[in-house]
Amino acid sequence: MNKVMSNKKAIALYVLPAFLLIAILVYVPIFLTGYYGMMDWDGIGEMSFIGLENYANLIKDDAFWYSARNSFILALISSLALIGYLTISLILSGKIKGSDTLRKIYLIPMLLSSVAIAQLWIKIYDPNNGMLNSLLTMFGVDNPPAWLATRDTVLIAIIFAVIWQYAGFYIIIYSSALKGIPNELIEAARIDGANPIQIALKIKVPLISGVIKTTLILAIVGSLKYFDLIWVMTGGGPNGASEVIASYMYKEAFRNYNAGYGSAIGFALLVLALFITVIVQQLTKSAEDYEY
Amino acid sequence: MSTLTKTKNDYQGLRRIGLTLLYVVLAIIAIVQIYPLVWLFFFSLKGNVEIFGGSPFALPEQWRWENYVRVWNDGNIGQYFFNSVFVTITAVILTVLLASFVTFAITRMRWKLSRFVLLLFMIGYMIPIHSTLVPLFQFYLRLDLIDHPLSIILSYTAYNLPLTIMILSGFYNSLSREIEEAAIMDGCSIHRLFFQITLPMTTPVMVTTVIINMIYNWNEFIFVNTFISSDRYKTLTVGIQNFIGQYVTDWGAIGATLMISIIPILIAFFFLSNRIVEGLTAGAVKG
Repeated sequence: MNKVMSNKKAIALYVLPAFLLIAILVYVPIFLTGYYGMMDWDGIGEMSFIGLENYANLIKDDAFWYSARNSFILALISSLALIGYLTISLILSGKIKGSDTLRKIYLIPMLLSSVAIAQLWIKIYDPNNGMLNSLLTMFGVDNPPAWLATRDTVLIAIIFAVIWQYAGFYIIIYSSALKGIPNELIEAARIDGANPIQIALKIKVPLISGVIKTTLILAIVGSLKYFDLIWVMTGGGPNGASEVIASYMYKEAFRNYNAGYGSAIGFALLVLALFITVIVQQLTKSAEDYEY
Repeated sequence: MSTLTKTKNDYQGLRRIGLTLLYVVLAIIAIVQIYPLVWLFFFSLKGNVEIFGGSPFALPEQWRWENYVRVWNDGNIGQYFFNSVFVTITAVILTVLLASFVTFAITRMRWKLSRFVLLLFMIGYMIPIHSTLVPLFQFYLRLDLIDHPLSIILSYTAYNLPLTIMILSGFYNSLSREIEEAAIMDGCSIHRLFFQITLPMTTPVMVTTVIINMIYNWNEFIFVNTFISSDRYKTLTVGIQNFIGQYVTDWGAIGATLMISIIPILIAFFFLSNRIVEGLTAGAVKG
């Protein structure tokens, strides 16, 4: 038995193909990005080593900090939206008829490509014929803004689309975690006279705190690398007002032929994502999953 | 006694009002989530005069299915559609097969580094694609795989392996060892054990991972946008993005194009929603 199950050749045969693929296409590139970040390089011609100059420039680059600020705003609002998603999931976990159907309806946007969603929202936000402004005009708003073309509104318009896109995803994650809570625990609390709100806040939420932590990391890291929707909706505009780290990186590396500088931004993004993951892990260390 | 009944009735009345309010809120959220797609469907069947002149909430006066025929014939949508199918299916098969091999070796076989290797695969889940894009581009450029479907198939496979292994390993861990032990007692080799006994037992979870991978690959944008330049190899997501550029003002055509790209997913969801929900939650809750 043990002999067959610890057959070294078979283990190598089973693990190596996938391992080589992920090593070559995921791990090696991470280090190369850090290395390219130290080059003056257009991505096509010769590289010349310039040490940490790109990284030093990054720290002084207003455009980078501006895009980082937008990424952080997106991460912050996405994290706050989790409270709303959790509230909806808690309501659905009560005795609500049709809750499964509702959950599935909420999920549909998550299944569509960001390109389709972006195109759809471009039309919704269209100043003249879009659904939103037609609705606002119907309710008597005289001059509704051109949402995606106005510096003050563009970021919030995009963030709303993001919240719309991911609502169902987080709701089903919370719902499936809530379904895992044994009924006896809830019944016992009810017999002790706890009302639904107390049960939700003092029993259900603490019991799924591990999952809440996971979603927090997903929301923050997901926001930091958010790209498709913004790229299609505004390309970071107008005039950089909706630029995020990922779109700034893409622009520098693949549009402006600054592959060295783009790599430095990509590396900063990686460090930021890992750093935030560790921070959230540490801050929520006590929030481990309960075993029933 | 009578006061007691009265408060009880009051309480029930309040409860009913509260419940009704909850339903109203839940229904409004459902409408917000779904109505944009209904609106898209409506304008995909309208002409410009109706879109720009009429109420955006009205049903199409005349259902112009010809919008769909026109965009399908006008551009390369058929080609993009085929490319999406081809790339998605190839990458899904490769991913699920490779991930099954790895998961079997890690969860069922005995070796010292198994937990460490699992961790190595899992870390891949946290890596932002943007942090690897420039080196990947250079790598494919050197191998002459830029503007070649293999570059995106390999990328999809590598980047979906962590999640797929994560979902599979939960299921593999719950499999009983007795059948495997009995098979080995009877002299079954390790490869036969994997292909003829363990792999067939994991069909349900494989279906889940296939669906999740299909959704992700079908909708993928940045790899195709970066590595593929010719219309011959573009997938639907990137293809429609460029295609729509030609139809700045023809909303009917744009709507029809978008509908064509999302209908396959909506059909899949209609039939497989439970599996999709299962896969999405398995991926996130175990993370």
